[in-house]
Amino acid sequence: MPYNIQIINLLASLLLLIAFAMLSQRRILSLINLFAWQGLVLSLSTFVVAYSTGQHHLYYSAGLTLLLKVLLLPWLLHRLMRKLNVRWDVETLINIPATMLVGIGLVIFSFNLAAPISQLSESITRGLIGIALASVLLSMLMMLTRRKAIPQVVGFLAMENGLFFAATSATHGMPMVVELGIALDVLVATFIFGIFFFQIRETFDSLDISNMEKLKDD
Amino acid sequence: MIDLELMALLLAPLTGGLLLAAFGSRSWAAELNSAMSFCTLIAAVVLTIRVIDAGPQVAFSEEFFIDQFNVFLVALTAFVAFTTSLFSRPYMRIEQHHGKLTTPMLHLYYSMYQLFTLAMLVALTSNNMGIIWVAMEAATLTTVLLVSLYRTPSSIEAAWKYFILCGVGIALALFGTILLYFAAERVLGEGGTALLWTHLNQVKAGLEPTVLKLAFVFLLVGYGTKIGLVPLHSWLPDAHAEGPTPVSAVLSGLLLNVALCAVMRSKVLVDGALGSTASRHFAGNLMMGFGLLSVVVAALFLSRQKDIKRMFAYSSIEHMGLVTFAFGMGGPVATFAAMLHMTVHSLTKSAIFFAVGHAVQKAGTQQMENIRGMMQISPTVGWGLMLGTLAILGMPPFGVFASEFLIITTAMHDYPWATPILLIALGIAFAAIFGKIQPIVFGETTARRLPLQPALIPVFAHLLLVLILGLYMPRYLADWYRQAAALLGG
Repeated sequence: MPYNIQIINLLASLLLLIAFAMLSQRRILSLINLFAWQGLVLSLSTFVVAYSTGQHHLYYSAGLTLLLKVLLLPWLLHRLMRKLNVRWDVETLINIPATMLVGIGLVIFSFNLAAPISQLSESITRGLIGIALASVLLSMLMMLTRRKAIPQVVGFLAMENGLFFAATSATHGMPMVVELGIALDVLVATFIFGIFFFQIRETFDSLDISNMEKLKDD
Repeated sequence: MIDLELMALLLAPLTGGLLLAAFGSRSWAAELNSAMSFCTLIAAVVLTIRVIDAGPQVAFSEEFFIDQFNVFLVALTAFVAFTTSLFSRPYMRIEQHHGKLTTPMLHLYYSMYQLFTLAMLVALTSNNMGIIWVAMEAATLTTVLLVSLYRTPSSIEAAWKYFILCGVGIALALFGTILLYFAAERVLGEGGTALLWTHLNQVKAGLEPTVLKLAFVFLLVGYGTKIGLVPLHSWLPDAHAEGPTPVSAVLSGLLLNVALCAVMRSKVLVDGALGSTASRHFAGNLMMGFGLLSVVVAALFLSRQKDIKRMFAYSSIEHMGLVTFAFGMGGPVATFAAMLHMTVHSLTKSAIFFAVGHAVQKAGTQQMENIRGMMQISPTVGWGLMLGTLAILGMPPFGVFASEFLIITTAMHDYPWATPILLIALGIAFAAIFGKIQPIVFGETTARRLPLQPALIPVFAHLLLVLILGLYMPRYLADWYRQAAALLGG
């Protein structure tokens, strides 16, 4: 069994690493590729958990993740970028080092928060709740620091990845009906985001969210 | 068994959504929308009667659970959804007449309206904490395109903000649900039953307190974004002000309640898990803190609003804060008062939005300084707005007075320090709203005639109900609320 644990821990650290890479990635196209890689890591770790615990429904989850987050969603995003003609967009990010430092702070915070829980767990994957929480918070930070619509959406989806990692690896998978429901919600959300991209571009002539600051309480 | 009634309740809006997706652009779509909402209401009434007679029940291999607490929200949701569909029929036609909406937009509106009702009913009746999450997210997804229905820059901005903020919030709630499952798995074993609320409720004393505490923080912050608790409220005024008025009415009157119901389900579990430890008021204290902050901040923001729908959105934040505070205090009286307040707030606030909708159509603007003299142009709109405002501000003899009175007297008894804060906030809110609505109703008019007769029966039906609840609470209704309060561990 120790091999399985080490593989899952390795994949967990990869997940976190990719979350950091996304935080500093300025090219939107590479950002989507990173998101696909993160999905692949997630799918692999789910597969390993399924194998080592013998839970059959986790194989379906792994397959579903592969299909949805590695193939379908990145393909949809690529298609959208072609249609919107923003394939080579680069975002000007202010102060990447500072963002990274905040990110490290978030990781420490989540590890501290999860420490008492990790001690309770007898499952093979204890300690992963901290990593999952860290990658959720990092994706959230990414959404906060971005000014363009597509990176914000990628952040949203990456956050879902972190949550899915918590659900499959830290616990042994949520009940199947819940997982299917979550997957459906993510899929519908992506379609609606797609509709929004067109509405935003039509109205504001760009996908820059910083154009939207009319609604404020003075 | 209540399988049949429940199936009817959920199938009516589902069929409605599908039918309207097919026929939403026909001229009779509005009537079909109301008819399907009426079917939902009938199913809800039958279900309510069954549950009040026979007590809490599970259905469909325990995936659904109905008790006195959520059935009252089911009945309320179905009722307000029906009256809002009545109101939206002429309202949306006038909007179309004014050239603000096109037939495809109405098509989207009608089918999404039914699916939104479905999502709320599933979130209310589901026994599975995971499915509750899925349904809450579905409720956001169905309304987000309705908020941007007018396709103006500010409506798209509002919808984007709504989508992103509620998406982040709901993600935190999912993390809370995962933590809950993590704790439950150790007691109930892996698999389907570990997220079923009825099972969790039976073993709640054995759930790990540290995990449950953390899970509740995430659940409260996550669903609290939906309730509009300060400081997670910033999407709410935008979405209410920029969306079409029927959508504002159901968002404010119903969705906020549904999210609060999910929080209360979690609170019962956490209270059970922490029952024997020193921090057994942990969940209640958190809710009181968030509630009080929301009441105070919303009251301060009220006086600075210029947009009439925005102002009433802040008023919703204030009232949901009050309900959260009351639920946080706990105990039979406060819980009873909180549920009563949820009911009367839903009815009053949706009535106000109906009246405001027509006032805005007549004046052609949402800016309050340009809406004047509603009493002259249309006494029904004027009176609806005035009485609704008096009701929401807690004037006797309306029902809001009764519930606010109960909440404040309980606070005086249990948490005296909170009473002056609440009273001052309510006073500020009164001055702000009344000062702005008074010239709108009585001033000199500039408004125009409408091409169609507005539907104001829903306004007065709601206000009449609120009045009755304030003057005389039928015994069976009081018993019903009392049982529900007992279920919540009051």
